Amino acid sequence: MSNDGKVDCSRRRLLVATATIGGIGGVAAAVPFVSSMLPSERAKAAGAPVEVDISKLAPGQMMTVEWRGKPVWIINRTKEQLASLKVTDSQVSDPKSDKKMQPDYCKNETRSIKPEILVAVGICTHLGCSPSEKFTTGAESGIDANWQGGFICPCHGSTFDLAGRVYKSKPAPDNLEVPPHMYLGDSRLVIGEDKGDKA
Amino acid sequence: MSTVNAKLKNLVGWVDERFPLTANWKAHLSEYYAPKNFNFWYFFGSLALLVLVLQIVTGIFLVMHFKPDASLNAAGVPVAFASVEYIMREVPWGWLIRYMHSTGASAFFVVVYLHMFRGMLYGSYRKPRELIWIFGMLIFLCLMAEAFFGYLLPWGQMSYWGAQVIVNLFSAIPVIGPDLSLWIRGDYVVGDATLNRFFAFHVIAVPLVLVGLVVAHILALHEVGSNNPDGVEIKKKKDAKGIPLDGIPFHPYYTLKDIVGVVVFLMVFSLIVFYAPEMGGYFLEYNNFVPANPLQTPAHIAPVWYFTPFYSILRAVTYPLFGIDAKFWGVVAMGASAMIFVLLPWLDRSPVKSIRYRGPIYKTFLAAFVICFFTLGYLGVLPPTPMRTLVSQICSVIYFAFFLLMPFYSSIDKCKPEPDRLTSSGHGAH
Repeated sequence: MSNDGKVDCSRRRLLVATATIGGIGGVAAAVPFVSSMLPSERAKAAGAPVEVDISKLAPGQMMTVEWRGKPVWIINRTKEQLASLKVTDSQVSDPKSDKKMQPDYCKNETRSIKPEILVAVGICTHLGCSPSEKFTTGAESGIDANWQGGFICPCHGSTFDLAGRVYKSKPAPDNLEVPPHMYLGDSRLVIGEDKGDKA
Repeated sequence: MSTVNAKLKNLVGWVDERFPLTANWKAHLSEYYAPKNFNFWYFFGSLALLVLVLQIVTGIFLVMHFKPDASLNAAGVPVAFASVEYIMREVPWGWLIRYMHSTGASAFFVVVYLHMFRGMLYGSYRKPRELIWIFGMLIFLCLMAEAFFGYLLPWGQMSYWGAQVIVNLFSAIPVIGPDLSLWIRGDYVVGDATLNRFFAFHVIAVPLVLVGLVVAHILALHEVGSNNPDGVEIKKKKDAKGIPLDGIPFHPYYTLKDIVGVVVFLMVFSLIVFYAPEMGGYFLEYNNFVPANPLQTPAHIAPVWYFTPFYSILRAVTYPLFGIDAKFWGVVAMGASAMIFVLLPWLDRSPVKSIRYRGPIYKTFLAAFVICFFTLGYLGVLPPTPMRTLVSQICSVIYFAFFLLMPFYSSIDKCKPEPDRLTSSGHGAH
């Protein structure tokens, strides 16, 4: 501070420069702390692909495996169940699977590689609850008389058909995610990896 | 005896020369003049402070035995879940400390909601108390964060899936959402990393901020002085010594009054802790006595009662807007519903502060708001049906209308004239 009330510009410049450098240093120091909250190397490694034997999965049956801590459903759909997808076409919000909730090789009518085998992450696209299976059709399901079989989320009532497509006017915005997967032979399924790339 | 007194006086004098002990005692207690007409509603500020202390003390003792570890022990039970059971069954008096802490969480919200409602009844947020109100809302925000982080720690089914739902709220934010929720969890799903960081937030980070905000809240209050049920400023009429004519020293008048409040509060609190700590599933949800299972969502997920009004508003939004899905707007509406109170000082254009002098339009809106708040709270614990969604949509609209239409209806309302001085003789004439 100069005594005659005038601003000493060279000192002011030094102050501004010091404060700027100090500020940059402070922000840079936040980087390691913020980054430390990202998934650790161990958590990333635990996200490795899993291999499943589906030879014992009879038509109409469903099994759940764990991949990256999430439930992944594998459903062997019957002919009737596959036919029901035609009925639900007009009732679901994204019938052609235009939104990228599946790898390109599953952007088809059944949302699968093999028509009968659906592989989907069993986590509602709304807020991450795990929907429950409701394969019973019609009024017996407790949903409505036209129910074609599918899934209902216990949290906020979103419903999905047997290709994991979300019904219109439900809280969930998207179809269920189809994870990257591939077949090694007829009945060995790998989830989390495909011929193109790792997830 | 007199020598003891003299020595004590010397000691206080010695401290006062080095630290403003007597000055602070006077400024905040013995010479802080509060309006003489405080009523029932004015218990809840000091009770909130009491519950804060209770939560900190019980929390410290719980941390001595709790283990924030999601891995499975030899019996196949998550360590965190098992350590809570250990506290409940094997730590001497552990059950009492734990129930005090869990009941304290709900008590905190009861007390704070009543404290906030007092502010709305008597216009305590109006000029010059806007900053007190804003600090208060930040305290409320911290309290919600504290409750949310704390609820994950016992690692039960409700802990787990509640955290899953709330963390996924962030993924609704366009572009950065999915990465943001991954960063919050520290893993692809809610897991050990999440549990450990929530523990850190719950026991260190948020409480530090909370205590700081409470200090700021009280400092701001003591700077401008307390409002009162008549909503008139006591500082306008002062005696020759500059003391408000309608003011009485906080100590001993209100310290003693508050002790009565504390006794009654502790009676109710003890009854709950000893006889109904779960409160029929509202304070401790039954599903939380089942260890967390990432592969199975409970049939019905409901937040603890104090979050349900906002949760209902989240669920009520089912329409997409501007090309962004309903999920995002639901999150926005929920956040807005919890934080819109901040704007009250600027939304309220009424010439009077207190409900005592307000006109019929404001009273009607306030009544409708309260009814909607309770209805939303009730619907939030129930599974959704189309009818309930419709009701919660109507209630959400009224909820926001109370705030957003306030500049209009509060200025046209027919108010009664405010008195010059307090209407009650209160605790005796000054």
